[in-house]
Amino acid sequence: MCDSCNCSQPENGVTIKSPGRQAMSGSGSAGRHHSHQDLPREGRLVEVREAVLGKNDGIAAHNREFFRERRIVAFNLVSSPGSGKTTILERTIRELHQVIPIAVIEGDQQTMLDAERIDATGVPVVQVNTGAGCHLDADMVHQALHQLEPAEDSLLFIENVGNLVCPAMFDLGEAAKVVIISVTEGEDKPLKYPAMFDAASLCLINKTDLLPHVDFDVARCREYGLRVNHRLEFFEISARSGEGMSGWLDWLRRQL
Amino acid sequence: MHEMSLAVNIVELVSTKAKAVGGQRVTSVELEAGKLSGVMIEALLFCFEAASRDTPAEGARLEIREVEGCGRCLDCGHSFALDSLLAQCPQCGGYAVDAVQGRELKVLSLTVDE
Repeated sequence: MCDSCNCSQPENGVTIKSPGRQAMSGSGSAGRHHSHQDLPREGRLVEVREAVLGKNDGIAAHNREFFRERRIVAFNLVSSPGSGKTTILERTIRELHQVIPIAVIEGDQQTMLDAERIDATGVPVVQVNTGAGCHLDADMVHQALHQLEPAEDSLLFIENVGNLVCPAMFDLGEAAKVVIISVTEGEDKPLKYPAMFDAASLCLINKTDLLPHVDFDVARCREYGLRVNHRLEFFEISARSGEGMSGWLDWLRRQL
Repeated sequence: MHEMSLAVNIVELVSTKAKAVGGQRVTSVELEAGKLSGVMIEALLFCFEAASRDTPAEGARLEIREVEGCGRCLDCGHSFALDSLLAQCPQCGGYAVDAVQGRELKVLSLTVDE
């Protein structure tokens, strides 16, 4: 994918697999050769003034450039575990893959289960298993892109590890983060986990088919989300029944 | 627990810097952390100790300079102290607030033993 870096190994403990293919497993510290740091001046006190996540942000910029060159629009899907990210992807792929090529990077601590579900839809997918890691970082996505080789003029979904805290801090090079909340979780999630709602551009409120059975207050959820991030957009959807999906699909088409 | 990832990044950064100036051992690290950066200081200190083991930064003191959050209301232009991302303008009550300070997370400097 990138001739400039020639990196081939993911981080320690991380594996990247396509369904039915051999895993790439980490044995080194990939990305270190991305550092182009100036030597600080000699002396006991060393001035640094560099962002802690500067290395991640550099690789994310590299991913973003890769996407730009190939006219790939990438979305980072973030949520608690069990909000329905994979089901949303399955239905989105079914609705859109005839119109535009789609590829998926799946992130979970363990298992190939989500990649197998996406594989069944017929679109290219790789699974990143983070081991003990609680989020994807830009280098994992970089390594996954080497294996996935997504088509030009396509849509890429990156399904992050189910976690409403840590993935907020890590830029992967995506065009936007899409946060998903399901109506079984409680409408106060934006107040409890503001960093994620602050980092997202769009919020999907999923499982609306269950609204008659739960106490979830949709209007209040939107209000809380807007308190954290006044630019946040919302769609209410049921990936299971298909209700409300057209708004989300139209939003996706507008991003292309 | 993203503090572990952050700690690993800090250790990598300061170890590289120390090596570049011929330092054997990092004795302290000065970190700037905004109050809106999403970092739990106690967790970060704990993780830094674990992440620095068997590296040039082992035993280094992590000094954290907290940066206050500052918000600006897009409705009325008022600037005010911000201690969370859940911000309401104290002047007009609006929620259209941009955090203009407080997201920093930066290694400012380190000291090394020659």
